Amino acid sequence: MNLCDLKINEKGIIKEINYNSNIKRRLYDLGFTKGTKIELALISPSKHIKAYCIRDSLIAIRNKDAKKIEISGFNE
Amino acid sequence: MNKRIALIGNPNVGKSTLFNVLTKMHQHTGNWTGKTVDIAIGRYKNLEIYDLPGTYSLIPHSKEEEVTSDFIVHGKYDIALIVCDATMLERNLNLVLQTLEVTNNVVLCLNMVDELKNKKTIIDYNTLSSILKVPVISVSAKNKSGIDMLIKTLNNFKSKESYKIKYSPEVEECIELFKNEKISRFEKIKNIIDGTNKDINSYLLSLNINPIDSIMQSIYSECEKIVSIVVKKEKNKVKNKLDKILTNKITGIPIMLLILFIILYISIIGASYPSDFLFSMFNKLKIFINNVLTNIHLPRIIINFLMEGIYQVLTWVISVMLPPMAIFFPIFTLLEDYGILPRIAFNLDGYFQKSNACGKQALTMCMGLGCNVVGVTNARIIDSKRERLVAIITNSFTPCNGRFPALISIISIFFILKNKILNSFVNVAIFASIIIISILITLIVSKILSKTFLKGEYSFFALELPPYRKPNFIKVIVRSIFDRTIRVLARAVVVSIPAGIIIWLLTNLSINSHSLIYYLTNIMNPFGLIIGLDGVILMSFILGFPANEIVIPVMLMIYLSNNTMLDINNMNEIKNILITNNWTIKTAICMLIFIVFHFPCSTTMLTIKKETSSTKWTLLSFFIPLLIGVILCLIVNVIFNLASYI
Repeated sequence: MNLCDLKINEKGIIKEINYNSNIKRRLYDLGFTKGTKIELALISPSKHIKAYCIRDSLIAIRNKDAKKIEISGFNE
Repeated sequence: MNKRIALIGNPNVGKSTLFNVLTKMHQHTGNWTGKTVDIAIGRYKNLEIYDLPGTYSLIPHSKEEEVTSDFIVHGKYDIALIVCDATMLERNLNLVLQTLEVTNNVVLCLNMVDELKNKKTIIDYNTLSSILKVPVISVSAKNKSGIDMLIKTLNNFKSKESYKIKYSPEVEECIELFKNEKISRFEKIKNIIDGTNKDINSYLLSLNINPIDSIMQSIYSECEKIVSIVVKKEKNKVKNKLDKILTNKITGIPIMLLILFIILYISIIGASYPSDFLFSMFNKLKIFINNVLTNIHLPRIIINFLMEGIYQVLTWVISVMLPPMAIFFPIFTLLEDYGILPRIAFNLDGYFQKSNACGKQALTMCMGLGCNVVGVTNARIIDSKRERLVAIITNSFTPCNGRFPALISIISIFFILKNKILNSFVNVAIFASIIIISILITLIVSKILSKTFLKGEYSFFALELPPYRKPNFIKVIVRSIFDRTIRVLARAVVVSIPAGIIIWLLTNLSINSHSLIYYLTNIMNPFGLIIGLDGVILMSFILGFPANEIVIPVMLMIYLSNNTMLDINNMNEIKNILITNNWTIKTAICMLIFIVFHFPCSTTMLTIKKETSSTKWTLLSFFIPLLIGVILCLIVNVIFNLASYI
């Protein structure tokens, strides 16, 4: 399952970031690390980009990028 | 003794607001990531404060982050004042922990503590301070609370060994290897990440450890641990109901169009009254000054030069420019401070994706509505060089505030309905459509550029949507009038004086009983006619190169010099002048097109040169909009000519 598969208001935990280290660094800066809880909050009208709640902030990334972030399900 | 304070923090945590409060200066602020793109220096008594561009990390990957990282790691300062958004402490601590690896001289400032109450969050500042072993001050820069305490802390700061993060044993082992080098722990870490030492590289590789993964994992685990100790919160409240409506698939885009329409409506309709008032006031003043000058027996030619040259252009520029700007800038600033702009970028990103451009380009375009210079400078928020160039080259497609009056006057003169209320609606709708067309053409040209001059791979795009923040109304209005409006107006005034002189000379110096302007406009006239304009209009655009605001006043001046009987007493008479000079609805349409698509003004050109440091891109930024303008005008002209045969 990857980040893009999340439904609205659904939560997941980041398992793996399949990116080269350059882009990984940028994701790290925004708080995307292994084991981080993440929730899909908003979908843009075009549906190509979605905003996620992560570490108390709201970060939008494009679907083609989100596909490279693997997540596992999360149960509260 | 003087103390140098480096102000750092994540983007959009209120550094500039704090900077302004401390230094009583007026750096422009806004609620979006990447507002500050340069270092600003200010002073409060003995404190010299450096406002650095926001950064998430000291390991940079964009231009503006490099500035900050360089300054913190190699720059000369006494204290690093780290500003954190108290509502997002966990992520902000990443930068704090990294900075503590560079220096012990850190003061931590938790900003926006006023919002904690709303989010039902409590932070234990004392415990945080004792964990990190640096002073922690809670402030609300917006409400100016906690500032005295912060200044006191900065003045009394005593350096002591601060908290240092523990990495994995393997990484710590590698750090040990640099122990003989006189560099900070952070630089050692950076060496390990950058892989400058081959032995370390192969050692970590043999253990299957990727240094950056391991290091960032350690930092964030630490952040989580600290936050779990010091922060007590009831529930996450990042999601906002307003976002649901503003970014909704059905309502999102219509609402944004409505906002655009309302801003334009208020600016245009609201501006017409003060404009008329200024016009008639300046005219009365002109008669008065004329009398005074005549009475002191100044030679006729000098009076004429002063009044018909300088005074005329200057007062026209002020009367048409000041009112719409004084209305537009405050409204725009309110929306910006509230946090609307990133939502616009979020909504429009799908289109930018299709054009192989960056969604943040929408932000630079919004800034371009105010001023293209600002739009071009803010393109620094775009990480990929290719996408940044696309944004820079296409920025002048967005009509800036300096071009608003020209568009407004042409629309209101040539598109008239009998019904007054309906008329103003239609006028604003035409204006809004011009902006929408300019957005569409921006997207098309961005796409073409990414297929031709600026080919390249898409990299990655992330956009932070900051929480909505209620702006301080009075402050925003006062500040945007004094900082933005007056500054832009001053530039136009400075330009309009020499322009007035040049036009006066061109119209009054003559060879063989014809003025110089007559020859110049005649040379350009054939080309002007091909694209539905005329020589005078083209001449005005050339003279308006330093500032677009003066294009219409200059044009009217030249027309008037051909028909000396006419004199303008109010806005309505402009129409007569234009019609006497063979303007038709076709000329008006071509003019509207050309106002949006010609060459960027000289200040924008200089900024483009500075930002791209390339003559090639600067020239392209000049010729691409010009080419588009010429082609579009040509098409309109051809269509009208064909229609007249039918």
